[in-house]
Amino acid sequence: MIKVTNLHKSFGEVKAVRGISFEVPDGQITGLLGPNGAGKTTTLRMLYSLLPPDQGQISIDGLDPTRDAMAIKRTLGVVPDSRGLYTRMTARENIAYYGQLHGMSRRDIGDRIDELVQTLDMADFIERRTEGFSQGQRVKVAIARAMVHKPQTVMLDEPSNGLDVMSTRALRAYILSLKAAGHSVILSTHIMQEVAALCDQIVIIAKGRIAADGSAQDLMLQSGCDSLEDAFVNLIGTEEGLLA
Amino acid sequence: MRGLATVYKKEVRENLRDKRAIFNSLLLGPILFPVLFIGLAYFSANKQQERAEKVLELPVIGAQHAPNLVNFLEQQGMVIKPSVDNPEDLVRAQEEQVIIRIPEQFGEEWKAGKPAVVEVIADPSRRESNTPMRRVRGLLNAYGAQIGQLRLQLRGVSPTIQSAIMVKDVDLSTPQSRGLLFMIFLPYILMITSFTGGMHLAIDSTAGEKERKSLEPLLINPVPRWQIMLGKMGATATYAFASLALTLLAFRFALPQLPTGSLGVDLNLSGPAVGGILLVVAPVVILAAALLTTLAALAKSLREAQSYMGLIFLVPMIPSIIFMANPVTPETWMMAIPMFSQNLLIGEFVRGESVSLEWLVMSMGGTLLIGLLLAGLAATLFNRPKLVFSN
Repeated sequence: MIKVTNLHKSFGEVKAVRGISFEVPDGQITGLLGPNGAGKTTTLRMLYSLLPPDQGQISIDGLDPTRDAMAIKRTLGVVPDSRGLYTRMTARENIAYYGQLHGMSRRDIGDRIDELVQTLDMADFIERRTEGFSQGQRVKVAIARAMVHKPQTVMLDEPSNGLDVMSTRALRAYILSLKAAGHSVILSTHIMQEVAALCDQIVIIAKGRIAADGSAQDLMLQSGCDSLEDAFVNLIGTEEGLLA
Repeated sequence: MRGLATVYKKEVRENLRDKRAIFNSLLLGPILFPVLFIGLAYFSANKQQERAEKVLELPVIGAQHAPNLVNFLEQQGMVIKPSVDNPEDLVRAQEEQVIIRIPEQFGEEWKAGKPAVVEVIADPSRRESNTPMRRVRGLLNAYGAQIGQLRLQLRGVSPTIQSAIMVKDVDLSTPQSRGLLFMIFLPYILMITSFTGGMHLAIDSTAGEKERKSLEPLLINPVPRWQIMLGKMGATATYAFASLALTLLAFRFALPQLPTGSLGVDLNLSGPAVGGILLVVAPVVILAAALLTTLAALAKSLREAQSYMGLIFLVPMIPSIIFMANPVTPETWMMAIPMFSQNLLIGEFVRGESVSLEWLVMSMGGTLLIGLLLAGLAATLFNRPKLVFSN
């Protein structure tokens, strides 16, 4: 269970996040939907304790990222916006490094990687150095290293960025399988179909504020539109009215 | 500390696969510096010998005014060339290095017992003409002294009467300590190696990681940032230390190949000297690693980091250059100055002197203290949220 209350964050003059509140129930997929520059990545960064919020509270399973950063990091699996790999190391070594940083034993790491190679279909390239990997292969390695310690909560920042259709489909199937296995998932995206296909709950963010939140059904009802896309445009366009 | 060890091992291993890191740390310094140094020493020793022994061709103007003098010069192995017209121009144009001019009144002055003038035309600001000039002048003085003594003897005076005192040098330098003149460059090379040895790794593992966008995911792992920083710094120091040890070993094996015997110089690095030098320089390696990591963490991009590194070169150079330009006798208080104290101590080790424990402790402790302060600064920088974002 994640609870965010009245979150604020500025970078100098730029107010990236100004008063965001939402809740993420366990065992569901929650989508942060918004145009580029809406404040999605900043919000996620505060959730995974990379940035301290200027104001507001965050509670992840009762823990506060500003005070219990280490404890929270142990329970989170994060695929951030930047997913650079070490190109002089093989895919397996990249994943194993993160396992070691989580304090896992060599054997546990080996077993877990074998498992991930199966679920993410990485057998072809797991022993290769990551130099020259395709976007799809890179995302798979980035997901695998984030999942190596079997985190309860998973955060993905624009996971399908730069992926082709096949890789996107595989990624979506994987995210749905995470939910089926009982994980809570938060993903940020600016792609409509992604939320429509995956999310139980949608939080629409625009200009650092919450424009609306609820299930796809709720959002269409709320906006009086019969497609999610219209609802999205409508909700962001009438932001002032909604907040009043 | 588990996280620290993991980061350290990964950086050391990953960079072993980086051809550029290997080249910079483990090949460039240990091979380039000794080869450069020994090549230069070999070359200059050879040249000096060559100039001293070479037959010197000497144009003489007005040879007819002093035939005996010219005979003397010929007996001493000079090849006398015929008179030339514009000696000054020839020397200026570097066509001749030294020309002698014997004025017309030479004979008159000679007979009158006055000092007869002989002009040596040369440009001492051209370093290559120094040796021939010295040789010519030496011969002229010798001839003058010889004739002077004969004149005194003819007048029944003992020639020794004009030597009121005789200066006698008691040379306490040993062949080993004379080697120090040659080895003045060694501290300089070692100081620079302490910095260059880990430079590539420091940039790559901090600014490079930022630029390749692998820093943010790394920092999401449950490892305190200071441990990540120290792991990277440790790897930097390890590479620099390896580079240093290899450089010293290369010198140890290359020095005996030098043609130094003929110069009365005994150049070598004994095993204990190598050990002592490594011990004394180790804190500099830590200071360098901390400084490099601090700068790499400050830089927003790889490019910015690299531009800082150009300036970093000056840091180890300054104390060495001061010492080169102004050699001082080591004193206790100097041991507290990082890099300068190492310059002095390396000199002592090379001379084969024993170094007092007090000096060792002061030098190592003082340098280490500053290194640790810098490491603390780097750790603070790693804790800034800004670290992650390149723009």
